[in-house]
Amino acid sequence: MEILRYIGYGLLVIGGIFLFLGALGIYRMPDLYNRLQAGTKATTIGAMSAILGVGFIEPAWMVKTIIIVIFIGIANPLSSHALARAAYKAGLKPIMKKKVDAYEKVQDIEVKEEVKL
Amino acid sequence: MITYVVIFSILAVLLVASALYAVIQKDLLAAVISTGVVSLILSVFFYLMQAPDVALTEAAIGIALTTIIFVITIRNTSRNEDETVDNNLEKF
Amino acid sequence: METVFIIVLSLMALGLLLGFLRFVKGPTAADRAVALDTMSVIATAALVLLGLMFKRYIYIDVALIYAVLGFIGVIVIARFIEKAL
Repeated sequence: MEILRYIGYGLLVIGGIFLFLGALGIYRMPDLYNRLQAGTKATTIGAMSAILGVGFIEPAWMVKTIIIVIFIGIANPLSSHALARAAYKAGLKPIMKKKVDAYEKVQDIEVKEEVKL
Repeated sequence: MITYVVIFSILAVLLVASALYAVIQKDLLAAVISTGVVSLILSVFFYLMQAPDVALTEAAIGIALTTIIFVITIRNTSRNEDETVDNNLEKF
Repeated sequence: METVFIIVLSLMALGLLLGFLRFVKGPTAADRAVALDTMSVIATAALVLLGLMFKRYIYIDVALIYAVLGFIGVIVIARFIEKAL
């Protein structure tokens, strides 16, 4: 069972580094959408890895840590998606010139279907 | 031991700074988010002082209920604190 | 192996500090909401690690509450920005 401890320490260090890099990205990035990328994806994998590392170090706690990991995996992309959608609908433009905007077409289709009905 | 002292100091500075920010800020939505940050750091403080039940209550009340009630209040009133100023932060 | 815990905890505290700096600087309210979300996730991981350091099983419940309820405030703020609340 000593090998599980060392796997847990490795996961914990990886999670700490990912959490720090996500917070650094949220400070350094120039735009709201870039900040969402850095601040949600990196911190999601960092928190999952760190919490699973705790579960590996103390195997009796494994069930509750897996429950926490599942809830983080559900809740964090949900809030990120809601924020990006709200910022797009409120009219916030990305800082770089956009070449492809697929969401605009989706909104047009939705409007046309509403008109038909 | 020195690490605990450093982490306590960082958290205390963040707590006081975010509480002051909630008082100073003119944009009331930013002030509501600031109260969320105060509740988060306060909950970590309660946890570090070995009171997990108080931290549990503080987390449940502060991060969900207070934010919802204040945002609904802002929706029904004005977002800016100074109502005579017609600013352009209503957009985002 | 207490050193690993101290190092990871220091990284998480630095992450909280950087998130708070973005929270103070952020020009729009959506930036502040992103900073609050990031700080809440970092605090969840830090609470689990502190529960391991205190060696109390019950202390994990606070992190569970944060993982379950932490996104509701952000979603309400997003619906308000979208003017669809």
